[in-house]
Amino acid sequence: MIPAQFDYHAPRTLDEALALLAEHRDDAKVLSGGQSLLPLLKLRLGSAGHLVDIGRIPGLDYIKEEGGWLRIGGRTREAELERSPLIRDKYPLLADTAAVIADPLVRNLATVGGNLAHGDPANDHPATMLALRAEVVATGPRGARTIPIDQFFTGLFATALEPDEILTEIRIPQPPPGSGGAYEKLERKVGDFATAAAAAQVTLDKSGAVAQAGIALTNVGPTPVRAAEAERYLTGKQPSAEAIAEAARLAAAAAAPSADRRGKIEYKREMARVLTARALRRAVLRAKER
Amino acid sequence: MAKHQIRVKVQGTERAAEVESRLLLVHFLREVLGLTGTHIGCDTTHCGACTVLLDGQPVKSCTVLAVQADGREVTTVEGLEQDGKLHPIQEGFWQEHGLQCGYCTPGMLMTGYALLQANPDPSEAEIRQAISGNLCRCTGYVNIVKAVRYAAGKLRPNPA
Repeated sequence: MIPAQFDYHAPRTLDEALALLAEHRDDAKVLSGGQSLLPLLKLRLGSAGHLVDIGRIPGLDYIKEEGGWLRIGGRTREAELERSPLIRDKYPLLADTAAVIADPLVRNLATVGGNLAHGDPANDHPATMLALRAEVVATGPRGARTIPIDQFFTGLFATALEPDEILTEIRIPQPPPGSGGAYEKLERKVGDFATAAAAAQVTLDKSGAVAQAGIALTNVGPTPVRAAEAERYLTGKQPSAEAIAEAARLAAAAAAPSADRRGKIEYKREMARVLTARALRRAVLRAKER
Repeated sequence: MAKHQIRVKVQGTERAAEVESRLLLVHFLREVLGLTGTHIGCDTTHCGACTVLLDGQPVKSCTVLAVQADGREVTTVEGLEQDGKLHPIQEGFWQEHGLQCGYCTPGMLMTGYALLQANPDPSEAEIRQAISGNLCRCTGYVNIVKAVRYAAGKLRPNPA
């Protein structure tokens, strides 16, 4: 399959890229890893007159802790996240997630920023970033602004990014001691989108009770779903089997899946419940190890 | 529509061409350069038959634009053999019957080659994980795994 005609731009600086986006606005798309955008263009489900490739702009791929935040450059490849010792050691939820996005070949090109900016509720990082209470840095002609992740996903394939903005960084608050996370994804085969998936991040206090909980779901609604009621329910409680079961039930109630080849509504909701419970159990175990 | 002059190092040799923005890397390799060893399978980023190395990393060349490869290095299955001698990964697929119809083979070879560059002694689980983006419709995975292990053994320096 061959995409419809477009022009390709390979800016060398962020300013050049922003100028191109400002010039072409709605007729332009940012090309990051291209692993969602190019299939879309090939299938002609989407179109763009101009692709602005940010692949040659230095300084957009990094993973570092700084000033109380984990900072991930928008163009950081999923494979880099997967391999990063810092991520494996301190951010197990991100490590889990990176390892189940598409397949290893796709992850060599796919980027963390692209996974979010595409606005696809079937992508895996949106739920992860909700659970981690991330912020997204959008850089545009008026400078950089920070968007809380809860305000980022505005609809199916729609985000708070303006047409002339580039997602340049993801910021995640450094987890306090006693934190752990996990991602549980049900997929028909490697490379498929999730039938359903659950991201959980918990912080335990000295008594072992849940001081903070982040729970979010993949591909069970038009946007990624934060299970806010489940989070509230779990906070302040000991993470007993019963408490986790109730939190998982509340999370499933927040899901709004639609039926497709991957299953019926009832099935997906039930899977959201099962996966949330599993993710919470593993998150708690990991939190206790730290 | 816009054409671009690109230079791509393919198996170490610089190749230049004028290409359309929308030309896919796999079509550039097969149709412009005549390197038909790289197969087109699903053409939808699933099957991995079109896997090539881009700056040493295995990627699906149906999901990369030729213009994105400008100034970069590409290795295809044709680049594995050196001076008429099969690379150990190729020899492994031959010795262990790592192919039946052969359609997925170029992609499997490139992924296997890249895995062994990064991890000279992969476990069976690591091999299976590495090739999880390459589909074999003959379901010959058992022998494909053996073939990669064979190559790992051949590539390991012999303890004298």
